[in-house]
Amino acid sequence: MSTLPPTPPLVEIENVDFAYGKRAILKGISLNVQRGNVVAIMGGSGCGKTTLLRLIGGQLMASKGVVRVNGQDVGSLDREGMYQMRRKMGMLFQFGALFTDMTVFDNIAFQLREHTDLPEDMIHDLVLMKLNAVGLRGTAKLFPSELSGGMARRVALARAAVLDPTLIMYDEPFAGLDPISLAVVGQSIRKLNDALGATSIVVTHDVVESLQIVDYLYFISDGKIVGQGTPDEIRASTEPYVKQFVHAEMDGPVPFHYPAKNYAEDLQLSTPTQPPRT
Amino acid sequence: MMIMQNLSRAIRNLGIRGIDTVLRGGAMARFFWLVLTQSGMSFRRLRLTTREIYFSGVMSLVIIMVSGLFIGMVLGLQGFETLQHYGAEETMGVLVALSLVRELGPVVTALLFASRAGSAITAEIGLMKATEQLKAMDMMAVDPIARVVAPRFWAGVISMPLLAALFSAMGIFGGYLVGTVLVGIDPGVFWSNMQAAVDFRYDVMSGIVKSIVFGIAISVIATFEGFDAEPTAEGVSRATTRTVVTSALTVLALDLLLTGFMLRSL
Repeated sequence: MSTLPPTPPLVEIENVDFAYGKRAILKGISLNVQRGNVVAIMGGSGCGKTTLLRLIGGQLMASKGVVRVNGQDVGSLDREGMYQMRRKMGMLFQFGALFTDMTVFDNIAFQLREHTDLPEDMIHDLVLMKLNAVGLRGTAKLFPSELSGGMARRVALARAAVLDPTLIMYDEPFAGLDPISLAVVGQSIRKLNDALGATSIVVTHDVVESLQIVDYLYFISDGKIVGQGTPDEIRASTEPYVKQFVHAEMDGPVPFHYPAKNYAEDLQLSTPTQPPRT
Repeated sequence: MMIMQNLSRAIRNLGIRGIDTVLRGGAMARFFWLVLTQSGMSFRRLRLTTREIYFSGVMSLVIIMVSGLFIGMVLGLQGFETLQHYGAEETMGVLVALSLVRELGPVVTALLFASRAGSAITAEIGLMKATEQLKAMDMMAVDPIARVVAPRFWAGVISMPLLAALFSAMGIFGGYLVGTVLVGIDPGVFWSNMQAAVDFRYDVMSGIVKSIVFGIAISVIATFEGFDAEPTAEGVSRATTRTVVTSALTVLALDLLLTGFMLRSL
């Protein structure tokens, strides 16, 4: 009896470098996202989390290393291949990025109309089902400008999941939400992932919410992975950066102060050139 | 020493601006090519294009028609003032029609179209970019150039000649009102002189060609500036201004070039 080989991860990132011009953003990052998991990528603002999502979605190309999705090297795909790959992906942008000239209904129906030949009455049913799943069936006729931030995020969630993708990526899904909306979005991410049998990557800096819903976490700082593990391992971690981040400590590896001159010198308190007052 | 430094800085800035302008020109040409190659959807799904024709063409009708009427009336008044010195006031219709059909129709319509519709296209695409709508579309495997840019481009190209024709027609009507009602030229003489002097192939066609070329130029500039806008409030506002300024200068330069080619006497 031979055992089945373990299924390869859905997303594999190997030794990836990325720079905007001369500014290095990612430095030799390697990580894997296992199928069926919800994985969080955490780190401070501007540490390269969103860049990582863009690399997986093929909107940016790594300057070194390989990004593989479902075994395919993203960097080697042509435009047609890229679009084929993206049809199996859903992405939720930071502020939803809903199309402002369309109603909520048309926003969700957008991909169905663009990519399928489904009759309009079937599209109607599918859209209402997706909207019902995020609790917003009643908003179908509204425009995005008439929704609150949390509602817009949930509509975007329904839109990201409309084609039943195998990989869903979330860019800061919790930013700027009140506690109730935040919990609703968090739970929706988990439920959606399990219901679709999909894999999710959540880029965020919200530790409390993430620890409740994800299977695995990666911490990025200064373009490198500085910690990883399951929520329990992360809570118990003694790694200085992870500890500072999870417990929200003011000072640590991430200093409180932006680099500056000596404080006393800045206040001109002890400079010898200062003439004494008479 | 200071003068030398200032001079070298001025030359350097001039060089930077020159290189920047050439680079933008190149980027715009590549963008134009992309739009052309991604235009299939605009014609397969005509509703996308007709919707944009409504926004840039139909919504511009009022400003174009009112401006046309007034400019035609002013032309009539000014023309009469000069022509009567030579006892040639009966050819006023010819003067109004030729100026409008050959020059004023396409050029003034293009300038108005750039400010009314071009700026709106730039602002809309720029804001879609700033709010990540274009990126979201791209991630949904729908090409924003084919879905958002190309329909707006073709709507501009189709609307411009139609608007220019309406502008000229309204202008001629304005001239007719001034000529027959105010000045008292015989309507039969007004129209028959015009009919005899305006040649379809040379005069009307040259106007149509000009308005199509201006339509292409304005549409490329407006969509490119929106697509290329820095994704911030300030960036979108700068892009909108650039659309109006660049379109106006391009239209006037192209007009000089096209007129040079078209005038038979040259």
